[in-house]
Amino acid sequence: MSVEQRYRWIYKPLVAAACLAPLAWLTARAAAVGDLSLGPDPSRELLHSLGRTALNLLWVTLVVSPARQWLRAPQLLRLRRMLGLFAFGYAALHFLVYAALELELDPGRLGSELAKRPYILIGSLALLGMLPLALTSTSAMMRRLGRQWQRLHRLVYAVAVLALWHFWWQTRAALREPLLYALILAVLLGWRLWQRARVTSKSAPARVPERT
Amino acid sequence: MRRPRSLRILPSQITAPEVFHDRRRVLAALGFGAAALAVSVSDARAAAMPSGAQAPVGRQVRSGTPRFTRNAAYRSAEPLTPFDDVTSYNNFYEFGPDKSDPKARAASLLAEPWSVEFAGECELRGRLTLEDVLKPHALEERIYRFRCVEAWSMVVPWLGFPLADLIRRANPTSRAKYVEFTTLHDPKQMPGQRTAILDWPYVEGLRIDEAMHPLTLLVVGVYGQWLPNQNGAPLRLIVPWKYGFKSIKSIVRFRFVEREPRTTWNVMAPDEYGFYANVNPQVDHPRWSQARERRLGSGLFAPRIETLPFNGYAEAVATLYRGMDLRRYY
Repeated sequence: MSVEQRYRWIYKPLVAAACLAPLAWLTARAAAVGDLSLGPDPSRELLHSLGRTALNLLWVTLVVSPARQWLRAPQLLRLRRMLGLFAFGYAALHFLVYAALELELDPGRLGSELAKRPYILIGSLALLGMLPLALTSTSAMMRRLGRQWQRLHRLVYAVAVLALWHFWWQTRAALREPLLYALILAVLLGWRLWQRARVTSKSAPARVPERT
Repeated sequence: MRRPRSLRILPSQITAPEVFHDRRRVLAALGFGAAALAVSVSDARAAAMPSGAQAPVGRQVRSGTPRFTRNAAYRSAEPLTPFDDVTSYNNFYEFGPDKSDPKARAASLLAEPWSVEFAGECELRGRLTLEDVLKPHALEERIYRFRCVEAWSMVVPWLGFPLADLIRRANPTSRAKYVEFTTLHDPKQMPGQRTAILDWPYVEGLRIDEAMHPLTLLVVGVYGQWLPNQNGAPLRLIVPWKYGFKSIKSIVRFRFVEREPRTTWNVMAPDEYGFYANVNPQVDHPRWSQARERRLGSGLFAPRIETLPFNGYAEAVATLYRGMDLRRYY
């Protein structure tokens, strides 16, 4: 089996199944399959679980590039689009549940929440930022945009920072979890900066000593 | 929390709200007045209790079943929040920041023996065992709404007695303008206190007239049982017109003071948690609206409930705050 076939028939389906598992689990709990339930405060549980899964998948998406190098497995890139799209999917569901259950589909409430609560605004911006990335994720769009594609998709770094901020802002007292997400993001983004600095210093022409 | 099998309550032992309310209707139909509702334990729950449960109210033995009467003035037309929800969804950071932490981790709390200290501007100073605290007070069951600052709420049958009765025994001096309450501080029993997520020990406070208000309840039980550890055993406060964080759990000290106590959440985030913390749909928490609430146990698609001023107890308590700007003193 070629690498391409292995990805197509084994790895990608496995990753897709793993990405769908949280949704299946939440659905089973919401539908009260067997003894399952979402607990005493189901809409909060659903909302938080979807948001958390979106955050997790976004972080996994950002792990792909460094992991290709660390594991010497450049072919991992083939999984990145799917991971990113699932992250977007969960973020969109997170917003829909918020709009439907928390705001009860009242646009006036959405307006006032956006105006009054910065973390809602920041979360919405993060979701909006993911939209062009999802829309331009097809191979055709990649070809069409060429070099611009990469530039556009650097937006994901801003989205990650906004998403973290959105999460951080809601914590009452226990900062341990958002801190952990922040540390991981710092490593992931720091690694990229370091790579960039290394590559530019390598490719930069030798310095000419200044004449005195 | 793991409890001995004998103390565990099976869902089948909990009176369904319909049955509960039906019993009252039946009694009323039979021509029993309010007095009939105030007799000792006398419904389906009592059937599971030993015959001694009918003994007169007196000294409590906490290992048994509490003896209490039902206060007819504090019943509820709203369905009770199921026992399992009341005892598994708790903010009790002493056992961890997640709502499921207290139930999972509160077994390490030693609720018996327990003693309580009286300090400050009062006559009865020093330490009392909980038994001595409870001895002269008859326990009553009151159904109250409970509204958390996080916009969820419950309807709970608490067992307790008015805090005012205890304050009268303590006999505060004229300088006592506030009561300060303190939760146990013992990281060995309360693993959450090993992390400085809050400034331990947890401290709460009430103005003396709030503390003396007949609605303010010192609670030792819930659903006809002694309080489970995760609900603040063995002694907690319930102030039904205020956000839940005012209703301090596992109390070890009452101090009567002249100045407003420095209360934990108020010190930690003064712009988010006021000293008064009266339930007020008009004043939002900076991060969320307080206009509506989610009633626990009512299902995923249950519509939100409109939050009422003073959690629906305005008629009884609004006069305490006459002339005060409730936006400023939130």
